[in-house]
Amino acid sequence: MAAAQTYEPIATTTLGSATNAYTFSSIPSTYTDLILVATGTTGASATTTKTNVGNGSIDTGANYSVTRFAGTGSAAAADRTTGETYCYNEWYANWNNTSQAVTIIHFFNYANTTTYKTFLMRGNNVPAGVDTTAGLWRSTSAINTIQIAGRNVGSVLNTGTTLTLYGIKAA
Amino acid sequence: MPILGIMASAISGNLTPTTGFVSIATATVGAGGSSYVEFTSIPSVYKHLQIRMFSRYTGTNNSGEPLYLQFNGDTAANYSIHRLLGYTNQSSTGTSSAALTSQTYVQAGYTTGGSTTANIFSAHVSDILEYTNTNTYKTIRTLGGYDINTDTGYSSAGIYSGNWRSTAAITSIKIFADTNSLAQYSSFALYGIQG
Repeated sequence: MAAAQTYEPIATTTLGSATNAYTFSSIPSTYTDLILVATGTTGASATTTKTNVGNGSIDTGANYSVTRFAGTGSAAAADRTTGETYCYNEWYANWNNTSQAVTIIHFFNYANTTTYKTFLMRGNNVPAGVDTTAGLWRSTSAINTIQIAGRNVGSVLNTGTTLTLYGIKAA
Repeated sequence: MPILGIMASAISGNLTPTTGFVSIATATVGAGGSSYVEFTSIPSVYKHLQIRMFSRYTGTNNSGEPLYLQFNGDTAANYSIHRLLGYTNQSSTGTSSAALTSQTYVQAGYTTGGSTTANIFSAHVSDILEYTNTNTYKTIRTLGGYDINTDTGYSSAGIYSGNWRSTAAITSIKIFADTNSLAQYSSFALYGIQG
């Protein structure tokens, strides 16, 4: 008896042209966790990417915060930012226009309507740094929309950037 | 304090799924909290295990509490830990590294609770590699953390390695916080990864 997939791709795209932001919408609520895998470059020389989430539309209010831990190339560092209008996906492992960065974002219990939403991010970009980040979206709304974008004004996600959203089901 | 029911696997050998990442069992803490969660009768048909944890502890301290794993009911000093993390509170930030031997558990990160906002939970992903291998000790790695915005107390993000000095195949996993109970709505999902 074949079992239904537990870890399955929901949507994927490889950008055919540079874009300011990419949005996954109408995300089904049937999974337990989501994982977004992003790999690519940005138009700016160095920028972190950012995530906004929401229900129906993305939340751009000051409802995000992160605690982050990074290897800078010469030291380890930690930081917290609060009351942000987006969630930082990286810190030192920022994206740039020369080397391929990889960012993986876990969205835990994204569809529950009881708790705030906790994210875990891993950022990897060898010339820049490596980091791990815990993010918080202070809303009890279920997430059905996720947008990823370059954080700096005017920064774009370059052609060839790949974004894949996976859903993980629990028993 | 009620003890959460023990979650046994419902998968038997002749129903082994053919996909690579399989949900084995899920436990969610109910009202009143629970001193621990335990997965038992874990099938031996996979290559590795992954536990995805969304947790919070009860109690009053807001410094964060370690989250621990024990295997096969072993409460002896057969575990060791290595952790690397960044942490912050209202007035300072820092990094921390520690290596601890002869422990009675593996640490799978720090979880939040106490007086922090009740809706905030920590998130951790633990991979247990080669869990049925009877020739080697068991290695566990974890990525995890939490953020509490402007709440008073500590937040952290880090990576953790653990070792269980036993060649026994893992058949049960107990998850618990250091001194307090796991809070309502904490959830733990166990997955098998086929090789």
